[in-house]
Amino acid sequence: MFKSFLGGIHPNDGKRYSMDKAIETPPLPQQVVIPMSQHIGAPCTPTVKVGDHVKKGQLIGTSEAFMHADIHASISGDVVKIDMMPHSGRISCQAVIIKSDGLDEWADGLPMNRDWQTMEKQEILDAIKTAGIVGLGGATFPAHIKLAPQKPVDVLIINGAECEPYLTADYRLMLEESKRLVTGVQILQKVLGVKTCYIGIEDNKPKAVEMLQKAFQGIAGVEVAGLKTKYPQGAEKMLIKVITGREVPCGGLPMDVGAVVQNTGTTVAVADAVVRGIPIIDRITTVSGDAVKEPKNLKLRIGTTYREAIDFCGGFSDTPDKLLAGGPMMGMAQFTMDVPIMKGSSGILALTKKITEHGTESPCIRCGRCVEACPMGLIPSMLSILSERQDFVKAKEEYGLFNCVECGCCTYTCPAKRNIVQYIKHAKSVNQAIMAKERAKAAQNAKK
Amino acid sequence: MNTAIMILVVMVGVGAVFGFILAFANKKFAMEVNPLINEVEDILPKGQCGACGFAGCAKYAEAVVEDPAVAPNLCVPGKAAVAAKVAELTGKKAEATEPHYARLKCRGTKTAAAAAYNYEGISDCAAAKLIQGGPKGCKFGCIGFGNCVQVCPFGAMHMGEDGLPIVDKEKCTGCGKCASTCPQSILELVPFTAKVSVDCSSHDKGAAARKLCTQACLGCGLCMRNCSHGAIKIEKNLAVVDMKICQEQCEEATCFAKCPTKAIQGLVKAAKEEQTA
Repeated sequence: MFKSFLGGIHPNDGKRYSMDKAIETPPLPQQVVIPMSQHIGAPCTPTVKVGDHVKKGQLIGTSEAFMHADIHASISGDVVKIDMMPHSGRISCQAVIIKSDGLDEWADGLPMNRDWQTMEKQEILDAIKTAGIVGLGGATFPAHIKLAPQKPVDVLIINGAECEPYLTADYRLMLEESKRLVTGVQILQKVLGVKTCYIGIEDNKPKAVEMLQKAFQGIAGVEVAGLKTKYPQGAEKMLIKVITGREVPCGGLPMDVGAVVQNTGTTVAVADAVVRGIPIIDRITTVSGDAVKEPKNLKLRIGTTYREAIDFCGGFSDTPDKLLAGGPMMGMAQFTMDVPIMKGSSGILALTKKITEHGTESPCIRCGRCVEACPMGLIPSMLSILSERQDFVKAKEEYGLFNCVECGCCTYTCPAKRNIVQYIKHAKSVNQAIMAKERAKAAQNAKK
Repeated sequence: MNTAIMILVVMVGVGAVFGFILAFANKKFAMEVNPLINEVEDILPKGQCGACGFAGCAKYAEAVVEDPAVAPNLCVPGKAAVAAKVAELTGKKAEATEPHYARLKCRGTKTAAAAAYNYEGISDCAAAKLIQGGPKGCKFGCIGFGNCVQVCPFGAMHMGEDGLPIVDKEKCTGCGKCASTCPQSILELVPFTAKVSVDCSSHDKGAAARKLCTQACLGCGLCMRNCSHGAIKIEKNLAVVDMKICQEQCEEATCFAKCPTKAIQGLVKAAKEEQTA
């Protein structure tokens, strides 16, 4: 019996392009561009100077803010430049550029060989913090903060749903790295003090379900939960609802209902960080789309450019119309191939006009398809109309604007081709500006 | 026939009863309003632009009559004429105000500043800015969806064919509504008597700026060296004119003549040409 939630859509999953391709490691890049902001929270400041020699796994960026994740060198070599560079989530961002010395040496003392079972809880958390682990599914929430919840937690969910079309990075990871995944899950269970653990996998990946059922045989409390293939099955809130039946309250976090969700990639990274002491220096990224000659799953060093990754896949077979960082539903369109791979880069997609063409926008016809599709139970049509009318505050106060997870189901189903998610993002940013202004005003009044 | 008469009688009766009630209420419950407020309000231009700092013309009229601390020259669109009339009615003294108009600090037309990508979203500058800072390569310039044109209460702006908004100097009252709406903050209120204007907002370094827009200020400093009064400074790769020094000390501006990209524009000559034409 596969579990599911209300709403959602069934887009063409496009996974056939890269599903059966084993993870490959391209040759070492000549140079890497490592952005100082690869996580939610305060950007890091570089701890190295131009001319410094750095080694693989060495700390190169940190911050004093609570909400941050440390950044490490992904190759050994010399720091040649620290400058503003393209970034896939914002216009540009400070980045450390390292020119490889070709030796690929580890920093002193790495990799280690620790026995996680003898380590204390705090020791493990420190190891995760030092390694700069963030949620590798794409949201890039710092893991050491998520794994030290302020409220009691009784269930751990490992997210292997990978509901974004085209992406197969987590799927390949589950097939090829199941041993490390098992270690990672056990470490997470220990850190959180949680016995129950579910691994959610969509039913379009039967091999992964089978593989993990075998791998987790004999480990108490871990259950592989098959989920119905439906987008956005892998969204944190959907996953918790489907597996535990609990609903995260408005504006709340998973820990409010006693759950912690971690992506499979993150879990493996945690295992590496705790056992071997190595930070995130590479990640598995799916390079796919109908414009890529040979779609592949690649193990890429952080800071490799999209250009290098696509070149390794044989370049383009057709004229690409859109280059996406992430999946087609939530990914951000890019205008340059010089953006670097970051911790949250789960995929690079190059799509042709045939797929990206979506017609011209017209007024809302009030058919209600978006309302049916919205997994959060919102009224996307009204949100888009209010945003269009510039009635942003009403959207927030009466239509639950900030509950939107921007999954894109509404835009996908809209027969009037409205850019609903863009309207919503715009309304959110205007509201955030208003709230920031009010906070500043309140702070000023408090001073007086 | 009877029914028609009945209807007529009843309706007239009902009308008369309500009329008396209203007439009575008007006398009995009348709010005392200073007639001066209405008079002042009639003078104001009714753009409801809010440039005075009050929520619309009626509120300003009330404030300027009731509150002795509120100056009579706050109505920006009304300029000196309205200020003088308001001052006369309220018995206050109107200080001279310098009339301004909105000027776009960007000359990055569709051809001059190439688009970095093909934008297919909603037609709104602020929304487009959320996507990698807007479709143009230059991240400081005009995005060109006309949020400013939409908010102008006086119909003084329209979108030009080259993708930049055009300000009608005669209609522009300098209320500043467009300037506060622009997500790039590149509309500036400039006095009508200004001699020069740097029509670029790019803080990119010279080479990068030139690559992104043929009209960009490169921060080369030629204008700074040509200004004998020291009114121009280069701040973050952009020429900035100190309007006070420029207007008070400069007789004939020559700083703009050598600008390699014509990012700094001489306004006096242009104004003269307009007059003769």
